[in-house]
Amino acid sequence: MTTTTTSTTQTGLDLSTHRRTPPARLTLYAALTAGIVATLAPFAWMFLGSVKPTGEIVAHPSTWLPQSPTLANFEQLLSKQNFELYFLNSTLVALACVAGNLLFCSMAGYAFAKIEFLGKRFLFGLVLTMLIIPGVTTFVPLFVLVSNMGLSNTYLGLILPFLVTPLGVFLMRQFIRDIPDSLVEAARLDGAGEARIFLRVILPLCRPSLATLAILTFLAQWNNFLWPLVISQTEEHYTLPVALALFSVGANSTNYGLLLAGAVTVVTPIILLFLALQKHFIQGIANTGIK
Amino acid sequence: MTSPTVVKAPPDRAAEPRRTAPPGGAPGSVRRTLVAWAFCSPFIVLFATFGVWPVFSSLSMSVTDITSRDARTPFSVNFVGLDNYTALFGDPTFVRAVFNTLYFVAIGIPLTMVIALSLAVALNSGIQRAKGIFRVAYFAPVVTSIVAVAVVWRYLYQPDGMINAALAGIGIKGPDWLNDPDWSMPALILMAVWRHFGIPMVIFLAGLQSVPAELHEAARVDGATRWRAFRSITLPLLRPTTLVVAVLLSISYLQFFEEPFVMTSGGPLDSTTSISYYAYQQFGFGNYGMASAASYVLVTAIALLSFVQFRIFRAKA
Repeated sequence: MTTTTTSTTQTGLDLSTHRRTPPARLTLYAALTAGIVATLAPFAWMFLGSVKPTGEIVAHPSTWLPQSPTLANFEQLLSKQNFELYFLNSTLVALACVAGNLLFCSMAGYAFAKIEFLGKRFLFGLVLTMLIIPGVTTFVPLFVLVSNMGLSNTYLGLILPFLVTPLGVFLMRQFIRDIPDSLVEAARLDGAGEARIFLRVILPLCRPSLATLAILTFLAQWNNFLWPLVISQTEEHYTLPVALALFSVGANSTNYGLLLAGAVTVVTPIILLFLALQKHFIQGIANTGIK
Repeated sequence: MTSPTVVKAPPDRAAEPRRTAPPGGAPGSVRRTLVAWAFCSPFIVLFATFGVWPVFSSLSMSVTDITSRDARTPFSVNFVGLDNYTALFGDPTFVRAVFNTLYFVAIGIPLTMVIALSLAVALNSGIQRAKGIFRVAYFAPVVTSIVAVAVVWRYLYQPDGMINAALAGIGIKGPDWLNDPDWSMPALILMAVWRHFGIPMVIFLAGLQSVPAELHEAARVDGATRWRAFRSITLPLLRPTTLVVAVLLSISYLQFFEEPFVMTSGGPLDSTTSISYYAYQQFGFGNYGMASAASYVLVTAIALLSFVQFRIFRAKA
């Protein structure tokens, strides 16, 4: 035991105390930093480009730093291109879906986790199956359905299909299942009804997973593209990604300054939210694997 | 009918000494079932209407000749059997779309996993300082809107854009990425890898942290090199994590859509048309039957790939 320890220390391979020799460590840091520069470069280019006049973006040779910084792109985005409205639409849709998911998915999650009932296994099996069904498979019949309900090109049409998600129920069920049964049983013996138990015992304990669900839902809806693209036919119901995408393939496809300012408008709120709540974001996405 | 059960249930349960009874009473309890369904009802109504029903509806549409004109009054819709599927595979654009999607998956997934695992190993190899900053920075692309990202990358990929400028810096003359049929797909793959590697990186990082340190110490004592220890200890122990990552990535890579929509409109020469993009195009033309059939090909592919990956990883474990 003693001899091995000594020998490894002598050969400089003792990983437990000095995992890396200083030069190796420096190389590691250098490589990781280079990786970060490459990863963040597109963001830097986007933010810097959004405050350049278009002429400067396409100039040769182009420079990273703006020579004559301007907010004209953003002004034009707001005054002429209605981005204020799209921003509000995106916010409204995302928040409504967050509210729906928090309430309805935690209610269903409670039933799945803590009540034995007829049809539970079937229902939950359905939830699990739907977890992997991609949106692209259902958008055609969904469009027909929502149109026939008279909801195409309305806020309800944008919101209803995402007001609950199988992921939300799955997440809440997993979390509530880990709450000790004894808490629920004790409340039941005290004569509390299920609604009361849910509101007073379960929900207060669910704060962490409610936060995760709120973040995941907001993120998914803020970035959602295919459904809003299909269902919103006129500008007044465009969300930000739809507006930006149609804008970028339309007549303005070469108006680089405006497009980059638009991209900044879409990305900034999420980036700020991400920086503020990074642990929730990273763990939430890593645990569910879905964004 | 239900009232006797309702009255009887609580005293029965109170009299029962065993505490291991499933919470909420016996599965058959009518009252429990009603309460539970009440709790689930908002979810069930919305989920059944907007989630489950369209899946079946999509399947049934895929064997009909439904078009946008029939949406409101589906009286003139005919059953056409597998005609849509036959037509799909007879359409060179769709065949190309299948090839493109497989190309995207076959190159994109291993590339993403290798980068994610390398970064996870680097972040896990004893560096403490700035680890949090590294993690957040590498994760940032994940949370951003793909449309915004695609708009930005479209300019980075211009013949005289930043990527070719960087390549010129090391003496390589870059191609006209998005207008060259040979380079358009690699361009989209590179961007997808950039946007996705953060998720598997974090999952791998969690997996690495659960590898017992004693195993590595034992290997070191036995004179194993780092690389050898990584191959013989870390990789086998990461197999379940790798499976999760592979399945997650296949599901999202198989449905790639926004990238061709914003960056290439499926071109040049259909070189970036994906199955999703093809389905969307058919929907745009009003061919709902064809669009549904194309979507179902995608679901089948996702189910198959997940299944195969599951089998492979389990067989090796």
